[in-house]
Amino acid sequence: MARNRRSTAGKIVRRTFLGLGAAAIGGVALGVWAVRREVDNPLSADAGEAVFNPYLKIAEDGTITVITPRAEMGQGVHTTLAAMVAEELDVATTDLTLETGPPSAAYYNSAMMAESAFPPHFERGLAAEAQRTLMESMGKVLGLQVTGGSSSIIDGYDKMREAGATARAALVSAAAARWGVGADTLQTAQGRVVHPASDRSFSYGELALDAATVEVDTPRLRARSDWKVLGKSQPRAEIERKVTGAPIFGIDVDLPSMLYGTVAISPRFGAKAISVNMDAARAVRGVQDVVEIDTQTGSGFGIIADNTWAAFEGARALEVEWGPATYPAEDAAIDAALISAIEAEPSHALMDKGDVDAAFTDPQGTVVEAEYAVPYLAHATMEPMNATAQFADNTLTIWTGTQAPGIVQSRCARLAGIDKENVVVNQLFLGGGFGRRGEVDYPLYATALAMHVQGRPIKVTWTREEDMRHDTYRPAALGRFRAVVPANSAATAVEMQIAAPSIIASVVGRTYPDLPMGGPDKSITDGAYNQPVMIDNHRVSGHVADIAIPTGFWRSVGNSYNGFFHEGFMDEMAEASGLDPLAFRLAMMGDDARLAPARLCLEKVAQMSGFAQPRAAGKGIGIAHVLSFGSWVAMAVQVDTTDDIRIENVWIAADPGTVLDPRNFRDQMISGAIFGFGQALGQEITFADGRVQQENFWDYPMLSMGQTPKFEIEILQNADHIGGAGEIGTPPAAPALAGAIFDATGQRLRRMPFTRDVAFRQV
Amino acid sequence: MRLNVNGQNYEIDADPQMPLLWVLRDLMNIKGPKFGCGVAACGACTVLMDGLPIRSCSYPVEQASGRITTIEGISDGATLHRVQEAWIEHNVPQCGYCQSGQILAAVALLDEVPQPTDADIDTAMTNLCRCGTYPRIKAAIKAAAGMES
Repeated sequence: MARNRRSTAGKIVRRTFLGLGAAAIGGVALGVWAVRREVDNPLSADAGEAVFNPYLKIAEDGTITVITPRAEMGQGVHTTLAAMVAEELDVATTDLTLETGPPSAAYYNSAMMAESAFPPHFERGLAAEAQRTLMESMGKVLGLQVTGGSSSIIDGYDKMREAGATARAALVSAAAARWGVGADTLQTAQGRVVHPASDRSFSYGELALDAATVEVDTPRLRARSDWKVLGKSQPRAEIERKVTGAPIFGIDVDLPSMLYGTVAISPRFGAKAISVNMDAARAVRGVQDVVEIDTQTGSGFGIIADNTWAAFEGARALEVEWGPATYPAEDAAIDAALISAIEAEPSHALMDKGDVDAAFTDPQGTVVEAEYAVPYLAHATMEPMNATAQFADNTLTIWTGTQAPGIVQSRCARLAGIDKENVVVNQLFLGGGFGRRGEVDYPLYATALAMHVQGRPIKVTWTREEDMRHDTYRPAALGRFRAVVPANSAATAVEMQIAAPSIIASVVGRTYPDLPMGGPDKSITDGAYNQPVMIDNHRVSGHVADIAIPTGFWRSVGNSYNGFFHEGFMDEMAEASGLDPLAFRLAMMGDDARLAPARLCLEKVAQMSGFAQPRAAGKGIGIAHVLSFGSWVAMAVQVDTTDDIRIENVWIAADPGTVLDPRNFRDQMISGAIFGFGQALGQEITFADGRVQQENFWDYPMLSMGQTPKFEIEILQNADHIGGAGEIGTPPAAPALAGAIFDATGQRLRRMPFTRDVAFRQV
Repeated sequence: MRLNVNGQNYEIDADPQMPLLWVLRDLMNIKGPKFGCGVAACGACTVLMDGLPIRSCSYPVEQASGRITTIEGISDGATLHRVQEAWIEHNVPQCGYCQSGQILAAVALLDEVPQPTDADIDTAMTNLCRCGTYPRIKAAIKAAAGMES
């Protein structure tokens, strides 16, 4: 079918609104009442305690409790959310007691939904902002309490500061009434309301019960220049517990009369057992029972035992014949499905401007073509999937670390056949999440086993092998790119075709079946279509591949491969132009003022790395920039290739607009980059007979201490909007590394992991 | 079966083949050692036996005849071990799951090599960290060794 010629921006806006019509509205009546209404506060006051809002309680004894309703999985979010309250409340972060609170629609995440709007981050016109506002409203109406999309700080930025500011205003108002003075004569400092004229003061605890009944308007939030807490690095709230081995993770739960279990779910996704022999499993010392499990996320068997090891041994002794795969069962078939998708009509083109086809009909410059590919990837959190469940007196209680406690509550309720109001979810710390713990399979299986043990609690822990083989994988993807590149100039036409299975379809179908979603899956081309480049003829099309292997959100999601695709091809275009990779990237931005943060990050990182200097023998430097989750990140990587390749130095210049905790932000950049290098240095999930072939860290390697380079991080704050931190270091890592290897050796790397084509130093 | 953990003797009734990790975690409720891989590949389960790091997930309890020290046993409760102090000072943990094992591996390294070089640290510290806290682990080890630059 011939592609129609279309005009530029107006069409993108119309199309995305159509997409949103399906994606955002669905069957939900998005009335003004639904958006404006106050969400019920899930907190109730104990004796001697006042509840100010869903985020803040103050007790007469002076205890100030802040609810940090996002999962703490290493990103430091509890500490920074608390710091926002502390800033406006005039207390130190160390004066606060932190709790995660119950699952509640009050803790909806609107920023994550706004990020799912289609316009590029720098597109701030009325239509783009209207889409973001609509998506934010969806977050509230749906009450999605989710930690993901690098959104916690963005989402909490106003909510948490307002929680502190309104409480402070109420405390001041209560003190003014007691003293009979004007509120404007009072100050707050270090947890007290002070009347300087009479040198009197009340602690917040003394005022709390009065203050909670005072009506106040939302005060003006403090200007950044007045911050005393934010913008400064805070001690991590839970750090002492994390250096003393405290039992804070889901896997550490210990309850009276608790049983232990594990699962053996079909290694072919969606398949069921054809036959089973449980005799040997039941004979294992410590195994009490073997039961069938049949849930929306998988079917198989649960082993109930006296201890975890007995359960593992029981699972090992199970003899099961599993049903066949109903999806492409071999790597070659998966590759074929991706090729078939990329050669079919596109599912969507979120970037489509100018006349790309005409530009290639009579190309005015060098035509550059390349094909790139990435494999499936596992999350491989250090803490394997686990959850503890107890089903007694028609109440289900879950203890687990989850990125989506409300979804756990509703899904597990449905499995147990009870109302979700009768499900209690206790949130623990997460030994890594990276998107994996937004899934509900592990609490569902714990629930399934809890229904067999007569009211006793049971902790269900997966083996590493079970975890590796039943992940919700970062999908494999295939990209075909072409460009017209005149000498010494930016490209005049770029086309990127990208094929991958739909993450959104997989996640929604499995985990959020009630959620009305549809329209384009942005993740397929996220990080490719919305980057800071301005080209007259530009098309980025997404091609949904039909491969029913479970896929999920993996740190930086589509950006995790599109960053590689986009920046890898950028280097190839640069080579054709004759410009160096830095100069070419700057040329590709034109003079669009909105892209200034990208220019400044790239120029900074070039300066830090000595990019313009001659290289020593065997050394190479690569450079990449990816805009993701509202943050601009440039990275330069230096390698030594005289022997097996070693990543020596990494320089990062990142601009998330506003940084609330500089030390934690730097740590997140390093963490994200190491995650990105990990996928380049050997990680891949492959399939044979419908089964994942990898099983543990020995065949799914992580970066080691000895492979870790030195890092230098520069924080820039030129951008207008506050952006994310947790995922943004991942996308530029692999392409900057590929560029460094090319710089040193002339070898172009177009597929991950790079270990398929080159050798890295092992330590 | 007799087990000496953190200076105390315990009488344990367990399958002799049960890995020490599960005896500690499930039978003794000592939760500092973590389960990561079950095949001695990641080090989250690291404990010390007679001062040397072992990977307790793959160590049958019947062979655990020495003095076992877990993360709970390296400080007296009131004062943290200097390695733990260095971990806090350098803000090492992110998710924190691997850090019990990392800290014990570092304690063992510093006992063996009080002033470790980068290469010593790279060789000895083979515990995995999915959050990528390695640069701060290295800095904290040097700080604990009094080698801070």
